[in-house]
Amino acid sequence: MNLNNEKKFWGYRRSDGRVGVRNHVLILPTITCATQAAKQITEMVQGTVSFVHQHGCAQVGIDYDQTFRTYVGMGANPNVYGVIVLGLGCETHQARSVAGELKKTGKPVEVVSIQDHGGTLGAIAEGSKIAAKMVQDASAQMRELCDFTELIIGTECGGSDACSGLSANPAVGVVSDMVVDHGGTAILAETTELIGAEHLLARRAVDDRTSKKVYEVIGAMENRAIKMGVDIRTGNPSPGNIKGGLSSLEEKSLGASTKSGSSPLQEVIDYAETPSKKGLVWMDTPGHDIEQLTGMVAGGAQIVLFTTGRGTPTGSPIAPVIKISTNTGLFEKMADNIDLNAGTIIEGKESIESVGQNIFDEIEMVASGKLTKSEILKQCDFGIWRIGPTF
Amino acid sequence: MNIAFRTVMMKAEDKVAVALMSIPEGSQVQVTCQNKSFCIEIKQDIEFGHKFAVESISQGEDIIKYGEVIGSATVDIEPGEHVHVHNLEGKRGRGDKVEFK
Repeated sequence: MNLNNEKKFWGYRRSDGRVGVRNHVLILPTITCATQAAKQITEMVQGTVSFVHQHGCAQVGIDYDQTFRTYVGMGANPNVYGVIVLGLGCETHQARSVAGELKKTGKPVEVVSIQDHGGTLGAIAEGSKIAAKMVQDASAQMRELCDFTELIIGTECGGSDACSGLSANPAVGVVSDMVVDHGGTAILAETTELIGAEHLLARRAVDDRTSKKVYEVIGAMENRAIKMGVDIRTGNPSPGNIKGGLSSLEEKSLGASTKSGSSPLQEVIDYAETPSKKGLVWMDTPGHDIEQLTGMVAGGAQIVLFTTGRGTPTGSPIAPVIKISTNTGLFEKMADNIDLNAGTIIEGKESIESVGQNIFDEIEMVASGKLTKSEILKQCDFGIWRIGPTF
Repeated sequence: MNIAFRTVMMKAEDKVAVALMSIPEGSQVQVTCQNKSFCIEIKQDIEFGHKFAVESISQGEDIIKYGEVIGSATVDIEPGEHVHVHNLEGKRGRGDKVEFK
């Protein structure tokens, strides 16, 4: 099906050709030591966002690379107009190196270092001055009409219950197929929560290489638990999942995999890597909500669909997260946090397809500027999937 | 009193169904999926979203939901019994079952 030109939204066209749905100035701390100063700049200057984390130093090898790629991906995400990379000065993840990569996008990028600017107060002052100019420039950029082919939609389930696999996840599956049919990209992730459902996805791979990669990433994830000598159920499904009726990781996975709809699987990509193909792609991430969210947003997702049965506040500093409840009780109980309700499917009031259509319509509005609950509540979650020890 | 308790059984080969409302012990429920139909007496209270067996499951046997394996039975399970972490164990990611040399 080719519906490429039917659906449009109002987005921000960037100099590298990509399209954002938000116009943030990101204060990007490359090291824990700079996160407090970064937060102070966001207090000073409207239109800036940042996040707190504990990474960026004494990291080596593939673990260094993955953290570096995540920082660069956050800054490069088209929802970001410009970036002030804030470093301390002596850390392994140098602000200058991250800024060097970001400059390739053509967007405004500046570096501030606490050690080079006379300490915390000097760095906050310098960063705030640059940010004030940058947000005004950002505000002068107008939204323009863009195709859905420009969208990368992340899909995620967190705080799942037994309804997840019956209502919200299959509804997101319908949306995932609609996004793909409109020429866009849908990311399936959380490798841990696909253990037990991998054969269903491998069958949908476009080629043998992709099918083989599915089993590789699943095997690697499962082996990490096995090497620890524990039952993975001690950590996943979580106590809340179990209270909600999920009995094993396999059961959770079979429900989680329905978020992928029925489209062919185009490729399996690394954590925080940008998809090289349109259509359905699988990003190798853990099931941890925030690490998965961060990976997808660093991979270029402009909007994330997040289903939940237990209820979570999850949000990203730069990407709107559309929260969808799997049951009506949750929608009523946590109205502050939940954007849409798929519990009507359980009650027999709506079909999976009609809820899918509601979510798809919401994407169009959010892409054009409508704020989600997590944005309104400033839920700036960020966490990197670390794959090596700290030294 | 005869209440029609709402349940869902996903695939005809499934051994369990999901309660779409809380079902008290002793209730009679009718579960239908494709060409199969079961009339089951619920053996324990089943909370909303939790599972009960629709057929007898032997200890060690695979438990099927969504037409796929969700784990295996740690004890014999009768129709109408609650199926959850007390009688179902996952088969994947079981580092606790590996002997390290």
